Amino acid sequence: MAVIGVIDYGMGNLHSLGKSLERVAASDRIEISFDPEKLNRCDKLVLPGVGGVRGCMNELRRLELNDLVVEASQRVPMLGVCLGMQVMLDFSEENEGVQALGLFPGEVVRFPDPDPDGGVDRLKVPHMGWNRVRQSRPHPVWEGVPDDSWFYFVHSYHARPRNPEHSIGTADYGHEFTCAIARDNLVAFQFHPEKSQGAGLRLLANFARWDGTL
Amino acid sequence: MLAKRVIPCLDIDRGRVVKGVKFEDVRDAGDPVEVARRYDRQGADELVFLDITASSDDRPTLFQTVEAVAREIYIPLTVGGGVRTSADVRALLKAGADKVSINTAAVHNPDFVTEAASRYGVQCIVVAIDAKRVNKKKEPVRWEIFTHGGRKSTGIEAIAWAAQMVAKGAGELLVTSMDRDGTKEGYDLELLRAISDAVPVPVIASGGVGTLDHLVQGLQDGHADAVLAASIFHQGTHTVGEAKRYMAERGVRVREQALPAFVI
Repeated sequence: MAVIGVIDYGMGNLHSLGKSLERVAASDRIEISFDPEKLNRCDKLVLPGVGGVRGCMNELRRLELNDLVVEASQRVPMLGVCLGMQVMLDFSEENEGVQALGLFPGEVVRFPDPDPDGGVDRLKVPHMGWNRVRQSRPHPVWEGVPDDSWFYFVHSYHARPRNPEHSIGTADYGHEFTCAIARDNLVAFQFHPEKSQGAGLRLLANFARWDGTL
Repeated sequence: MLAKRVIPCLDIDRGRVVKGVKFEDVRDAGDPVEVARRYDRQGADELVFLDITASSDDRPTLFQTVEAVAREIYIPLTVGGGVRTSADVRALLKAGADKVSINTAAVHNPDFVTEAASRYGVQCIVVAIDAKRVNKKKEPVRWEIFTHGGRKSTGIEAIAWAAQMVAKGAGELLVTSMDRDGTKEGYDLELLRAISDAVPVPVIASGGVGTLDHLVQGLQDGHADAVLAASIFHQGTHTVGEAKRYMAERGVRVREQALPAFVI
C-alpha cells in the first residue's frame, strides 16, 4: 500500500481532490496534511492550490513546506494541480511578480484582457470551463485518456516552460498554451482532473499507479 | 477552444430541490443527491445550488446536502444563498463547494467580495445579480438589482453594479432576470448582452428558459458564457444531453459527452 500525501497549506478545496484520489486509488492511503514530517514519509505527493501565487508561496514558506517540496521533488512522484503547477515554475508575474519553486525553468504569465469590441467570441479572463487538451508528448499519465479529451479549467495565468520538452499537453484559448508539464518524476496540470469526470479520474488513477519513471 | 457551459440549477429549500415561479409559488422537485447525480451523468458542465430560504437555522442542512452531493459528482459545484461572511465561504468550500455565489452581502458591503476573493481566489467568487426592469414604457431601458431572493429593491443600476463587482474581485457573474424567472419566455437577452459586453469575466445567463432555443439565444444573442436552467431539466422536458446536441447543431461549441475514460 502506497501513501499519497496531499499537501494542505490552506489554499483551496482539497475535499474533491482527496475524494477523487480515494475513488481511483482504493488500495492506497491518502494523507492530507501540512506536517512536513508526515509528508516526508509519503510515497507520492500532490501539490494542489487555488488562489493567488503570492499567498500560496507565503503559506508554503510559513508552514516550512517549500524546502520539503523541493527536496521531495528529487525523489518521489509528484503531481501539481492548478496553482500547484504554476508554483513549480521559476517565476509568476501575478501579484506584481513572485519567485516560485523553480522546479521547471520558465514563467507564468497572464492571459491578455478580452477585446472590448469582441462581442460573442471575445475571450473572457478567467479562462473558465471545459476545454480540450492535446497530448503533445507521450507520458504514462495519459494512458487510456483519449487525445483531445475535455478538462475543466479555471485560471487567469498560464505557464510558459522554457524547455519545450517539458510541455506534454496544450490547450487553445486565443493561442495555444501549455497546460500540462512533466520531467523526470514530476508532472503537473493547469486544469482540474478532480473536476473533469471520467478523463480526469483516469489521469489521477494513472498518477496513483505511476512509479515516477518514463 | 473553450466550450459554452450548460448548468442545471437546483433551488434548495430545507434539503429538497424545489422550483418556484418568479421567485414565488414553490414546488418540490426531488432529492438533491439524486437530481445532481442524474445531471452529472447526463453531461452537465457544472451544477449550481441556491439555498432559497437561506435562514441560518437551515445552514447545517445545507452543509450536509452540499457534502452529500459533492461526494457524488466530479464536476464543479457552486453554492449560493445567504453567504454573508468569510466563515460562510470557508464552510461551504470545506463542505465541497468549488465556488460560492454572493448576492445580498455584496450589496450591503461590496468590500466583502474583495475580502473573499483575496482570501479564497477570484476563481471561486461568483456574484449573483438579480435584475429587474424598472423603466416605464417609452423610457430608456433600465435595470435595478434586487436582494433577499428578489424581495428587496436597492435602487442600484445593474450594469454599473456588474462592472463594480468585477472590479471588487468577482471571477464570474450569475445574471438572473427577475422579469423572466420561471416564465419560460426566454432570457432577458438585452440585459445579458449589456452586462456580458461590459465585463471581462464570464457571465452565466439565468431566468426564463422554456425551450432549447432559449439556451442558444442566451449564448449567441445574449453573449453569455454559460446557460443556467432549472425547470426544463427538472420536469424531464429535456435532458442535458439533448440540450447540448440541439445547441451543437446550431453552431454552439459544447462539450460532448465522451465515453468515460474511467467508469464512474
